[in-house]
Amino acid sequence: MVTVNGKQLDIAGKNFGEYLSECDYDRNRIATELNGNILTKSEYDNTILKDNDKVEIVSFVGGG
Amino acid sequence: MADIFTKEQISQALSQKHGDTLAKKLSQTCVAVCGLGGLGSNIAMMLTRAGIGKLILIDFDKVELTNLNRQNYFLSQTGMYKTQALADTLSKILPCTDIQTFNEKINALNVKKLLKEADIICEAFDDAAAKSMLADSIFTLFPEKYLVSASGMSGLGSPNDIVTRKITDKFYICGDGISDTDYVKEIFPSKVMLCAAHQVHTVLGIIDMKEGNL
Repeated sequence: MVTVNGKQLDIAGKNFGEYLSECDYDRNRIATELNGNILTKSEYDNTILKDNDKVEIVSFVGGG
Repeated sequence: MADIFTKEQISQALSQKHGDTLAKKLSQTCVAVCGLGGLGSNIAMMLTRAGIGKLILIDFDKVELTNLNRQNYFLSQTGMYKTQALADTLSKILPCTDIQTFNEKINALNVKKLLKEADIICEAFDDAAAKSMLADSIFTLFPEKYLVSASGMSGLGSPNDIVTRKITDKFYICGDGISDTDYVKEIFPSKVMLCAAHQVHTVLGIIDMKEGNL
């Protein structure tokens, strides 16, 4: 199981870039942390999610 | 009037309020403020009061009348570049902070040049994609630097919705995370300044917990 933003999901083995597309995340408005480390945008498409991975996807909203 | 106090007296006054150790660390730290709107102009003001050693102020915009409900500018400064207007104001608050300004729009290509000297970066843009671009550029180019970002501070929702989240050891996000100016058009001084204060307080905490120089 992979934990994404606190939710347990059965997506071990899935490509992270594909996961983002399936969930309709806008890559241009997010930042991502995987197991305590930042995952840069260039790493999204070559990262395979593993069992017990913890992912935090932060979506930015406008305003400042 | 300002000349009646020496730099030494100002530094002693700051030490009295912040403690000797932290006051010294603050005076040796460089913070970049990216975007000088509601967040950035108030962040820069608070960091100047905190006695930060150096501020890098970056914005391409000019002060407009509609900015004045929440941004740290004067009516007489409308039409001026925000960098220049803010640098003038900050030097009147306390003259000890070294201020460097860049009248530029930050993009993935100039991030390296603009931010290389900064120990800590405050992201204070209004555009969500620009926030994400800046974060990714910093993670890629400067993984050793701290980034204190902001997301969600519009509307009249509860002030208690503003929180600071620690995403990694080097990356923090302040805000309610939800109120998007694309949908919530109203933006109030209180909530914006609250979010700016969260960012500054996070910066002070980072400086305090670091051993020696950053």
